[in-house]
Amino acid sequence: MRGILQGSGAPQRLGMAIMLSAAIALGMTQVSVGQPSGPVLVLLAVALALAFVADAAHRATQRPQSDRPWVPVVLLLLICGSLAGAGIGLMQVTRGTGTPAFWCAVIAVWLGAWMVVAQLSDLHLRPGGWAERLRGLLAPLVFGITLLWLWQTGVRGGGVANVILPAPSDIALRFVASAGVLWGDFVQTFVKGALSGYAIGVAAALVFAVLVDRSDFLRRGLLPVGNFVAALPIIGTAPIMVMWFGFGWESKAAVVVAMVFFPMLVNTVQGLTETEAMQRDLMRTYSASYWQGLWKLRLPAAMPFIFNGLKICSTLALIGAIVAEFFGSPTRGMGFRISTEVGRLNLDMVWSEIAVAAVAGSAFYGILAALERGVTFWHPSQRGR
Amino acid sequence: MRGTILPVLTVVAVILALWYAACVPVNGQWVRDQAARAGTEVTFGELVTETMRQDRPRLPAPHQIAVELWNSTVMEEATGRRGLVKTGTLSNRSLIHHGWITLSATLLGFGIGTGLGILLAIGIVHNRAMDFSVMPWAIASQTIPILAIAPMIIVVLNAIGITGIIPKAIISAYLSFFPVVVGMVKGLRAPDAMQLDLMKTYSASSLQVFTKLRWPSSMPYLFASLKVGIAAALIGAIVGELPTGAVAGLGARLLSGSYYGQTVQIWAALFAAAILAASMVALVGAIQRLTLRRMGMTQ
Repeated sequence: MRGILQGSGAPQRLGMAIMLSAAIALGMTQVSVGQPSGPVLVLLAVALALAFVADAAHRATQRPQSDRPWVPVVLLLLICGSLAGAGIGLMQVTRGTGTPAFWCAVIAVWLGAWMVVAQLSDLHLRPGGWAERLRGLLAPLVFGITLLWLWQTGVRGGGVANVILPAPSDIALRFVASAGVLWGDFVQTFVKGALSGYAIGVAAALVFAVLVDRSDFLRRGLLPVGNFVAALPIIGTAPIMVMWFGFGWESKAAVVVAMVFFPMLVNTVQGLTETEAMQRDLMRTYSASYWQGLWKLRLPAAMPFIFNGLKICSTLALIGAIVAEFFGSPTRGMGFRISTEVGRLNLDMVWSEIAVAAVAGSAFYGILAALERGVTFWHPSQRGR
Repeated sequence: MRGTILPVLTVVAVILALWYAACVPVNGQWVRDQAARAGTEVTFGELVTETMRQDRPRLPAPHQIAVELWNSTVMEEATGRRGLVKTGTLSNRSLIHHGWITLSATLLGFGIGTGLGILLAIGIVHNRAMDFSVMPWAIASQTIPILAIAPMIIVVLNAIGITGIIPKAIISAYLSFFPVVVGMVKGLRAPDAMQLDLMKTYSASSLQVFTKLRWPSSMPYLFASLKVGIAAALIGAIVGELPTGAVAGLGARLLSGSYYGQTVQIWAALFAAAILAASMVALVGAIQRLTLRRMGMTQ
């Protein structure tokens, strides 16, 4: 009894058992298209049974002298396997034919995946070990895959119209089929618009910050103004920039420059004040010139702030370039494609563009984060990991 | 505080001076073209005054924007044919009307997004499974331009019969949701091990730990993310007004201004949006100061 109501993932296990019984009961009363097939139900039952074993094993291995710490891990992998099998079986449903039994089975798989994550996160692993790192990767992966699977199966089984929400498989097909168009849009918006604007805006802000930093009066005046401007909806300058610089990528780059300049300026100016009097005095005893002090002490010390600004601006740049295209663009570009394909209700194409934007945005951010780790390795926030 | 007023005023004055100076070369070409067409010569003095009072300048001078703001708010409501005084309802030509449409969607979305964000943060802090599985995605979502899905949300919800304030509010909610989640998770984890241990020695239940320790100590983080969230919510509402084609709201004013080349109208809408954003952030800041002072968390 204790095993049913307590322990990691117990509520999910209980819910899974109820949903599985419901699926079996409903599935036996009527035979029609869209029922969960026999193998699916068997796999679900296997997963459920293994879950109870895994919980017991988990309990056993948490005792101090356990000689088989790998047992719960293997069991969890087996559960994952049978859940995946059941999930693949359920995905084969004919469009729009989901029956109550089918939905019960879908919920059971979802609860099962949740239970796996719950048990996974309750495993006592050595901090910093490979197993712990693997879990840090596996848990979000299981969550993400389950979400995608729910989306796919729900849209298929429920027969949701393509113009409302296309299934991930349709989006993937469209993505592959129009890879050339997507690449052209990516180059137009990201490489030409966002990246060039980002480079110009960030460079201008860095130079300006160093100039401002020489005068305490200017710094005290610019910091509040900059903070104020950074909170404004600068994206609204897009129609003005389109009017000034035309429909091409230049106007998008201009919007991006306007968007990234002030956040970058504020962060850099703030960062340049981050040295201690002792450190500055040391530079003075070395009789360092202003530029030596800047180059060897204050710029390196400002790097955590500069990278913070760079990371904030990376997202802003992509948003600016995409939204500016809503106000006028040549017949390519991610924002242009999104707004026109939405109008034609080609939602699979829209989702493909969003996928490109998501990948580009997180890759951009990831590269900056990796650079930051290399440059500011000395900073406490980087040493903790 | 006293040390910053003079520098800030100086910086603002310099920006205004640069702006006025920029008007001359930017708008000058049009003045010279007009003069050439009329067969007259313009002196430099005439050129300067002419560049500051065009109907559709490439760059309106600051006072033109101020006049347009005044005309399209107070004057329109007081004397306009459809104004508040004549009809008793807000004129659909006034920025107060459009600003309110945007503001209401922003506030509704901000409320929903903040509420859901706090709930998810509580779930993440109290449930290891959610922490391991959801949190990485919440952090990753900060790096994606989620604003790109705004047109799709508007059009799809329109297709299934949901129009008006709700779709815009959903976009605003979505944009303010993730900053609140990430900030609140950090905030609810702010109490250190010593404080948590103290609560344990008092044999506090997890609800008591939450209400008496975690929630109060998360307040600075909450307000920091609220400021980010409300600015993002306003941007979401403005962008949400674009795809339906200039109907109403500040985003619609921007779009119709860009359709008809009404630069002064665009700038006025832009400044109205800026004033809205600034006053909402200032309001959150004021509430923050009040709350933290009453809680004894500021010196």
